[in-house]
Amino acid sequence: MTFQTLPTISVESRRFRPNKWDLIVVPLVFGIIALLAHGAGEMAAPLAEVQAQPISLDPRNLPDYALRTTLRMLAAMGASLVFTFTYATLAAKSRRAEMLLIPILDVLQSVPILGYVSFTVTLFLAAFPGSALGAECAAIFAIFTSQAWNMAFSFYQALRTVPRDLDEAARGFRLSGWQRFWRLDVPFAMPGLVWNMMMSMSGGWFFVVAAEAITVGDRTVDLPGIGSYVAVAIEHKDLEAIGWAMLTMLVVILIYDQLLFRPLVAWSEKFRADQAASGAVAESWLLRLLRRARLARAAVAPLRTPLREAMQIRAPRLPVPVGRIERFTLAPATVDWLWFAIMAAAALATGWFLVRFLAPSLDLAEIATVVGLGALTLARVVVLIALASLLWVPVGVWVGQRPRLAQAIQPLAQFFAAFPANLLFPVVVVTIVHFDLAPDIWLSPLMVLGTQWYILFNVVAGARAYPADLSEVSASLRLGGWRRWRRTLLPGVFPYYVTGAVTASGGAWNASIVAEVVSWGDTRLAAHGLGAYIAHATVAADYPRIVLGICVMALFVTLFNRLLWRRLYAYAERRLRLD
Amino acid sequence: MATVLDSTLLDVRGVRHVFQGAGGADFVALDNVNLALREREIVGLLGRSGSGKSTLLRIVAGLLRPTAGPVVYRGAPVRGPAEGVAMVFQSFALFPWLSVLENVELGLEAQGVAQEEMRRRALAAIDLIGLDGFESAYPRELSGGMRQRVGFARALVVHPNLLLMDEPFSALDVLTAETLRTDFLDLWIEGRMPIKSVLMVTHNIEEAVLMCDRVLVFAPNPGRITAELKIDLPHPRHPLDPAFRSLVDDIYGAMTAQIPATARQPRGGLFPGIGIQMVLPRVSTNRLSGLMETLAAEPYHGRADLPHLAHALHMEVDDLFPIAETLQLLRFAELAEGDIALTEPGRRFAGADLDVRKRLFAEHLLAYVPLAAHVRRVLDDRPSHRAPFMRFREELEDHMSEHDAERTLRAVISWGRYAEAFSYDEQAAVFGLENPS
Repeated sequence: MTFQTLPTISVESRRFRPNKWDLIVVPLVFGIIALLAHGAGEMAAPLAEVQAQPISLDPRNLPDYALRTTLRMLAAMGASLVFTFTYATLAAKSRRAEMLLIPILDVLQSVPILGYVSFTVTLFLAAFPGSALGAECAAIFAIFTSQAWNMAFSFYQALRTVPRDLDEAARGFRLSGWQRFWRLDVPFAMPGLVWNMMMSMSGGWFFVVAAEAITVGDRTVDLPGIGSYVAVAIEHKDLEAIGWAMLTMLVVILIYDQLLFRPLVAWSEKFRADQAASGAVAESWLLRLLRRARLARAAVAPLRTPLREAMQIRAPRLPVPVGRIERFTLAPATVDWLWFAIMAAAALATGWFLVRFLAPSLDLAEIATVVGLGALTLARVVVLIALASLLWVPVGVWVGQRPRLAQAIQPLAQFFAAFPANLLFPVVVVTIVHFDLAPDIWLSPLMVLGTQWYILFNVVAGARAYPADLSEVSASLRLGGWRRWRRTLLPGVFPYYVTGAVTASGGAWNASIVAEVVSWGDTRLAAHGLGAYIAHATVAADYPRIVLGICVMALFVTLFNRLLWRRLYAYAERRLRLD
Repeated sequence: MATVLDSTLLDVRGVRHVFQGAGGADFVALDNVNLALREREIVGLLGRSGSGKSTLLRIVAGLLRPTAGPVVYRGAPVRGPAEGVAMVFQSFALFPWLSVLENVELGLEAQGVAQEEMRRRALAAIDLIGLDGFESAYPRELSGGMRQRVGFARALVVHPNLLLMDEPFSALDVLTAETLRTDFLDLWIEGRMPIKSVLMVTHNIEEAVLMCDRVLVFAPNPGRITAELKIDLPHPRHPLDPAFRSLVDDIYGAMTAQIPATARQPRGGLFPGIGIQMVLPRVSTNRLSGLMETLAAEPYHGRADLPHLAHALHMEVDDLFPIAETLQLLRFAELAEGDIALTEPGRRFAGADLDVRKRLFAEHLLAYVPLAAHVRRVLDDRPSHRAPFMRFREELEDHMSEHDAERTLRAVISWGRYAEAFSYDEQAAVFGLENPS
């Protein structure tokens, strides 16, 4: 371990005297608090004031915009955490809730993010009349929908795989549910959760543009932020402003990577359940600073005890009434049937409602057309993922075998993953118009722009985890060229590749709504596809068509996952695991 | 409820536990188990894996609810983990994100003990168990022995009346286990631990004789107690003492008595089930050949005393018995009264070259393992000479649990492959007759 662990008992008289580390930590902490307070204050401004102040393309406004955008993302992250802790816990602890919640989560994550926006904006605006808070909430909710699902899934998975002996120890020593949650469940899930939070944050950026510049029918709200700034810059064909926006994003991503995620990752290392010391230990200068700064630690110390005590609260144990066990031994099967019946009834009711809602304005021909459009988008996703794999798998393996290079490339890939497609609109539109290319083909690459990096990410990780003895064997057998790839390297990284490709294809579906309709100033290009269909319907506030588009897309994604990715996953689990 | 004697800490009466299989097949893990635990005694539960001893421990701990039969602890029925009962785990079960001190405090935290009191008691337990100086270390920084000391400290700090131990020393190397056992016994004999009684699971016979006042021998299928031995040797006990040795021999005798004298008799305890319903252990053919070779060679000349053999091979009951029993099933050896003897074919196998061995093995496999013969017959009957894995698996699941069906089929696959009696394609999950040429 690189870090010294905090000694638990360190009662020294000198502990309040600041040391040199405090010189950095104290201003840093106060600065961040002041910034957050400033940004939060602006959120609650009256809506009229926000609408009266149009987004300015002056780059001097960008720091403020960046702050507002970051705040929204952090708020969404907070909401995602609360959602994760409740929803996933419920699903993992109750068998009956699980039957309902997990399929719902599966569908929720396949519903295109922008699909939520059109519905929720109206709702939130109505909830906070006259205040910008309504629009803020709508934006935050949109970002939340791009962050929450994978976090919830990872937490649920972790809760399901808590090692049996730790579970028995927790039960045997009679920890209360609350104590167990903070002592066992959350710590065990922490490394995976932090990793998924990082992915979520990158994913969130991609949709910030759409979330901040909200247009549903005749309602248009531009919340001050980088997203709106980019939207206005595209409208005004202002290349310089686009450049400034890119630069700002880069800086913001670097800052929160250093101030938030690096420390989190390094801190979460201690929750790794595998007891063997792993080779690469994440490091964070900030965490080290925080652990060394004496005054800062002393200032936080009073907070630690109540926090610790809060985690130790014991729910009063209900006395088990005698005879209760006997009464319940017969029940479960009956209760199960009841539960099934209720769920089936609810499903029928919603289905009926959906049909009633869609039927007046849609006919079968339209549904067939939309399914056809879905097939088109599906073809795009498949081809693009295949192309991206052809490119990034070899690159990823090559990079992964060079640890130092791999370490350098990690943050770079994270930046690219966060890069909103909208920023490339000018290049794409100008190129297509200039060379008179077919938008149906040449708009497609925008779909994998952000998500292809997950393939690279994961393949690099796989190649790094590739056992050294297997490399040595192929060297000593003098396996070379294609044979070495086919026989040793590709099967070795395959499980990792599948993980990356699943994420990438999910992201590509989502991005199709942004990527199939592109504008630069008053030039609009559209491809044929489900994404464009939904985008058009959203602009026209045509709710039945939005719903239809979303349903079809969710169906496609779910089927695609079940029929292809799950099987590949199972295959990789069964045959190609290296352990 | 019957009156409970004052000195009886725990009373288990006619406990039965059934795991429900998916295919409607139930697995009886425990059947009619009785146990009364008095104060000031260490009782060992000894038996092979699958004989239900760990299940019984978990029932007593309140982690499992038995299918039938009361478990009474200090006059009250056990429903969920009881106060005053603590457990030490084979795998230590330490929380890797908590320091040694925090791990030890955990049990007190659950009882809502005040902060200062908690710290004082935790430090006292750490001191008692010899972990001074490691308070702020994390489990991953510790050796196996030190980790299990944390496990003991965590159990003792709650001042339990009853300490449950699930093979507490079996994940440790021989030297470390020896040290921990001795330290534990010293504390116990000097009465320095706050515990009244100990119930421990082990599959190490010498460990049981070294530590316990009473040993209960378990047999599998269904899990039940078949023998009870009292050990009243004075402490400290010495493994080389003839009285000690004779107790070890007695326990081996009790364990082999579960096996019918000759394999030709109708089965009653070797492997559960009759015909193709027999649940088979996964024993590699390398171990089978290895044991036959060892038995045939010096100094055994075809017959060996199981305790000696186990000692010489550094094997524990769990490792040795399945191999010996598989040899008996295949008629390559016979087990009786703690001895194992090679049969005539067994001797021939040990002296033969690879081809002859394979032929001999195939003969015995098809003759004495009904499931292998069944697979072979099905393959011969079908024109394609192919049959899917699931066909047999589902057939087996009518009679045994999913887990056992899988294991039994895997055992037959590995023996059939060695014997070249049939082939198996893992990728397609299909049995066949041809080997790839």
